[in-house]
Amino acid sequence: MTAAAYTWKRPSVLPGFGLTLGYSLVYLSIIVLLPLAALLLRPAELGLDGFWKAVTAPRVIASLKLSFGASAIAALINCAFGLIVAWVLARYQFPLKRVVDALVDLPFALPTAVAGIALTSLYAPNGWIGSLLAPLGIKVAFTPLGIVIALIFIGLPFVVRTVQPVLLDLDREVEDAAASLGATRWQNFRLVILPSIFPALLTGLALAFARAVGEYGSVIFIAGNMPMKSEIAPLLIVTKLEQYDYAGAAAIAVVMLIASFLMLLVINLLQRWSRRHEERGA
Amino acid sequence: MNAESAIDLPAPVTRARTGTPLPAGIGTRDPAWARRLLIGLALAFIGLMLVLPLVAVFVEALHDGVGKYLSSIANPDAWSAIRLTLIVAAIAVPLNLVFGLCAAWSIAKFEFRGKSLLITFIDLPFSVSPVISGLIYVLLYGAHGWFGPFLAEHGIKIIFTVTGLVLATIFVTFPFIARELIPLMQEQGTEEEEAAISLGAGGLQTFFRVTLPNVAWGLLYGVLLCNARAMGEFGAVSVVSGHIRGQTNTMPLHVEILYNEYDFVGAFAVASLLALLALVTLVGKSILEWRIGRRLARGGH
Repeated sequence: MTAAAYTWKRPSVLPGFGLTLGYSLVYLSIIVLLPLAALLLRPAELGLDGFWKAVTAPRVIASLKLSFGASAIAALINCAFGLIVAWVLARYQFPLKRVVDALVDLPFALPTAVAGIALTSLYAPNGWIGSLLAPLGIKVAFTPLGIVIALIFIGLPFVVRTVQPVLLDLDREVEDAAASLGATRWQNFRLVILPSIFPALLTGLALAFARAVGEYGSVIFIAGNMPMKSEIAPLLIVTKLEQYDYAGAAAIAVVMLIASFLMLLVINLLQRWSRRHEERGA
Repeated sequence: MNAESAIDLPAPVTRARTGTPLPAGIGTRDPAWARRLLIGLALAFIGLMLVLPLVAVFVEALHDGVGKYLSSIANPDAWSAIRLTLIVAAIAVPLNLVFGLCAAWSIAKFEFRGKSLLITFIDLPFSVSPVISGLIYVLLYGAHGWFGPFLAEHGIKIIFTVTGLVLATIFVTFPFIARELIPLMQEQGTEEEEAAISLGAGGLQTFFRVTLPNVAWGLLYGVLLCNARAMGEFGAVSVVSGHIRGQTNTMPLHVEILYNEYDFVGAFAVASLLALLALVTLVGKSILEWRIGRRLARGGH
């Protein structure tokens, strides 16, 4: 390394920096940066007016509303049940606990198309669960409710896996202290435990939400895919692509991409807050 | 906000004041009814949302008996889908492995400016919708893409071919291995490598004898997750595939085609293979987590 390079890289006796970093940058550019640049620049051919028209068309607005709305509902439900699952796994002993713990990651490992057809067969009017709900007048499959079910499935591990380690790391002495000072168990949870895990819970919520917004495979089977009613934004992108409306597809994609980058920013800030929180607590 | 000060102090505090020691952990033990209720809720939720769909896959696959199940899997189109899935993973995973090793080496073993930006870029594919992950390659290499006319002139096809499937798969599995290796290698520091180099070992020798054994389990963990996603990816490959039977149909895409043709047994039969892959992945993941955990615990004293 020449002296000029010291300004941006600390000298080291280890070899291979130039080669490995160079290769990483080239690979990153070809696979990730160049294609994303193509996406961001594509809607430019529509012009600002055309872009605005493309993303504010009623069908597009309806699909974006559905995608973000269903994702928010699913993330909130996951937040509640994810917290319970994480709590039970971190604090209690029960039979088959290790199996349950491993199963939590199933939505990460099971291909989304498989999850999609399995959930559809369960919640279809003649399915195991659907046939129980049908007499009550509840339709799940082929309605927005089905979309929420699929999004709960794929978002479940995020909340559990962000909250569980924080619960395990929690200093039990603080709880003991609160209890010996007379706090009831509920007070202890609400005033001691919940504030400590709150940033992690929010991070899990944001991760589950971000994942759900872009989800495609598990949703399209159960959704019914009716324009304006049960058509999610990623499906509308595929539809536009099949009609060779490349710029229109790219316009929706750009809106979704900006939304997910904003989410990423929020998640990063939350994680920083969460770390500061832990350090202060320690 | 000070949590403890917000607690009002009712009667039991006198017990603490008299100095009678409380049995350890009694205040942090939940009442039995709450424990049972929460375990019940958690198990019911997991059973309903995770176990039931998994069971449904196998029950539906065997709906018309084992014979029909086996003949559905033996179908030539199913076989070519299985073969293609294996080929795509066999190309995408090693490429991302090489990248992961290079990125982790440069990021974890050296200090340079712009590192956190680089890590953010590596993480990027995780926050992109699968459909968009396919779309970006169509916008580049498709008939109406940036390089489309150039490629057509030279008779090269990427979209609707295996190349497109591989590219989309590489994109969605891009961060898995690098993400696993970077923190692990950072934790190991550079002292061992510096010692090896100063004792006269070559760069590659140092890497294979010192660095690699230290991160082997983490590497395997990353490869496992990367492979599971590569074989199971649906959205991204669906956009670039063109769904040509026997040619550009991976297993998840074949599941969709059969399902849409109302061949439910066929769809669930292929899906059951993917579900088995997921179960194997989960078991492998648990074993590796146990090994890694033990290693860290041993190295940590």
